[in-house]
Amino acid sequence: MSQEHIDQAIEREYAAGFISAIESDTLPPGLDEDVIRFISGKKNEPQWLLEWRLEAYRGWQEMVEPTWAHVHYPKIDLDEISYFSSPKSMKDGPKSLDEVDPDLLATYEKLGIPLHEQEMLAGVAVDAVFDSVSVATTFRSKLAESGVIFCPISEAVHSHPELVRKYLGTVVPRKDNYYAALNSAVFSDGSFVYIPKGVRCPMELSTYFRINEAKTGQFERTLIIADEGSHVSYLEGCTAPMRDENQLHAAVVELVALDGAQIKYSTVQNWYPGDAEGRGGIYNFVTKRGVAHRDAKISWTQVETGSAVTWKYPSCILRGDNSVGEFYSVALTNNFQQADTGTKMIHLGKNTRSTIISKGISAGRSSNAYRGLVRMSPKANGARNYTQCDSLLIGDRCAAHTFPYIESRNPSAVIEHEATTSKVSDDQLYLCRQRGLDAEKAVSMIVNGFCKEVFKELPMEFAVEAGKLLEVSLEGSVG
Amino acid sequence: MLQIENLHASVDGTDILKGLNLTVQAGEVHAIMGPNGSGKSTLGHVLAGRPGYNVTAGTATFLGQDLFELETEERARLGLFLAFQYPVEIPGVSNMEFLKAAVDAQREQRGEKPIDAVSFMKTARETCKIVDLDPTFLKRGVNEGFSGGEKKRNELLQMLLLQPTLGILDETDSGLDIDALQVVARGVNSMRSPDRSFVMVTHYQRLLEFIEPDFVHVLAGGRIVRSGDKELALELEARGYAWLEEEVA
Repeated sequence: MSQEHIDQAIEREYAAGFISAIESDTLPPGLDEDVIRFISGKKNEPQWLLEWRLEAYRGWQEMVEPTWAHVHYPKIDLDEISYFSSPKSMKDGPKSLDEVDPDLLATYEKLGIPLHEQEMLAGVAVDAVFDSVSVATTFRSKLAESGVIFCPISEAVHSHPELVRKYLGTVVPRKDNYYAALNSAVFSDGSFVYIPKGVRCPMELSTYFRINEAKTGQFERTLIIADEGSHVSYLEGCTAPMRDENQLHAAVVELVALDGAQIKYSTVQNWYPGDAEGRGGIYNFVTKRGVAHRDAKISWTQVETGSAVTWKYPSCILRGDNSVGEFYSVALTNNFQQADTGTKMIHLGKNTRSTIISKGISAGRSSNAYRGLVRMSPKANGARNYTQCDSLLIGDRCAAHTFPYIESRNPSAVIEHEATTSKVSDDQLYLCRQRGLDAEKAVSMIVNGFCKEVFKELPMEFAVEAGKLLEVSLEGSVG
Repeated sequence: MLQIENLHASVDGTDILKGLNLTVQAGEVHAIMGPNGSGKSTLGHVLAGRPGYNVTAGTATFLGQDLFELETEERARLGLFLAFQYPVEIPGVSNMEFLKAAVDAQREQRGEKPIDAVSFMKTARETCKIVDLDPTFLKRGVNEGFSGGEKKRNELLQMLLLQPTLGILDETDSGLDIDALQVVARGVNSMRSPDRSFVMVTHYQRLLEFIEPDFVHVLAGGRIVRSGDKELALELEARGYAWLEEEVA
């Protein structure tokens, strides 16, 4: 079916309800198959992708929202959400920084965010062309020289359909879970990365370079393929708190590390967590997973400080022999934030190895849960896992929980699990204050020390920012 | 420099200090001795502002300021330093980072810019030599896995770097062998100056052989019951505390 046909079909079917919507480039709230056809049509997608989305949607309709996570929030009315809005909705945003919440601006100041980036993050409609646009262009040409593809996935669907079609949904199947299925049906945009055989990506790839491009929306979809023997380091997110009018974010990230390839995926997530009373804030329900083939390595590093509710388990399927999976995580919750996060290490191949280092910090009245699964399959001879799971409590009204699941069906597999829970002690604070540090500086220093093992896995400049971010996020947690 | 008048303080509802008077002039070294449970350590913590140590009556003036009006960190920035009897560990925070933050907090108080990392590193390494600590201790977590003696020397290292106006040493000598004791004494003696004072809480006369005090006080039952010079310490060494407590009672 040609695009023209699709357009006609859509217009016919939506004749009554959607004319004005098309003009404004935003669909009214609600989800059905026609909405998916509309989204796909708007993006000029090939027929196979439309079918793929529809299949996901049909699967999703049979599914129910999961309730096992240790988080509580009012039910999300998915019929209230508009599943397509064009990037032009920026014009509804604040006209200048004068209209932006002063608290948010104060935070930007503390993080040392340059003014033009502040405008971008706060969603101010800006006409000026940022330096980073040209920076991004420069980077792209450099990447192209080595054959690396780094572009929005909506673009890759057209420019590299064979790759997208081959790998999309192979790591996170469409019906993997409720939110992954929803994402598969309505995903907006996200990153696509392909590193050719044997290529070491010449720079760290960052979503930051793409920040001036169209907003990726609430149903982000990312696909990274590292071909045999290649290396890539990918950075996602930004330390500055991001405002978004969409309360629900349900992203899917798929990583494919072919034989001997290495993927390092680092995230700093700082979505708006709601105010100090727990009002507002983003719900972040993410599915992230990678498949490591023979001798391949996948490493997840995350620093999670944002969102009102987080539900996220970056996982590794260690399919090939000798493959390696790593998960380094810092999750900080303050005020009324809730996080249920961790990882899954699925050992399928022989001599597969995985390491899990999780640091959970709870302050205020927040709740922070680690949930991790280590599974040794019958064929995973000689597989090893080491898990270290530490929780730090600040104050006496917060909570930390640990839910480790271990399934071993191979007698030669070795699994180690260590867990600690500690408090920032009054004596530690007293020592710091007696040396002239104020209480907040002292707490942030102690927390940074607690997170050191994870921070050292972050790319250098990210690590510095992450430290500052914790400091800002912990403000008001002692007093 | 420091005037304490009629100080009463309690911890967990128990009265520990009961009308303590003490005046320390600039340049003086005072030793505070006394039996267990007499309130020696409490005095140090009350002056430093440890949470949970409540002043119920009396005053303390430090450099002309009402000490009890100030937060713990404000007292520290004013130049009041307490060398802890039992220093706590702060895992993952490197000694170097901690020391620099402490020094910078004081500099900020004086309106100075943070010290540059390279020259501070140099100073810190040199100071390590004075207290006989290997410079690798600068990279380790604060007191993390340090032995008792290393922790005490680390306290001294902090004091040498912070150059306080008033140093309070809370049983810094306890648990130290004779070599380590001499290291501590050397450090303190090197800092003695006409505008710096020390208050040393100790059980033993031994420390006073190496750091000669201007005054020796005996603290018993929450009050200073006898003051004298170093001869008093020798007398205590010979006779114990019981006779004093009886005299007071």
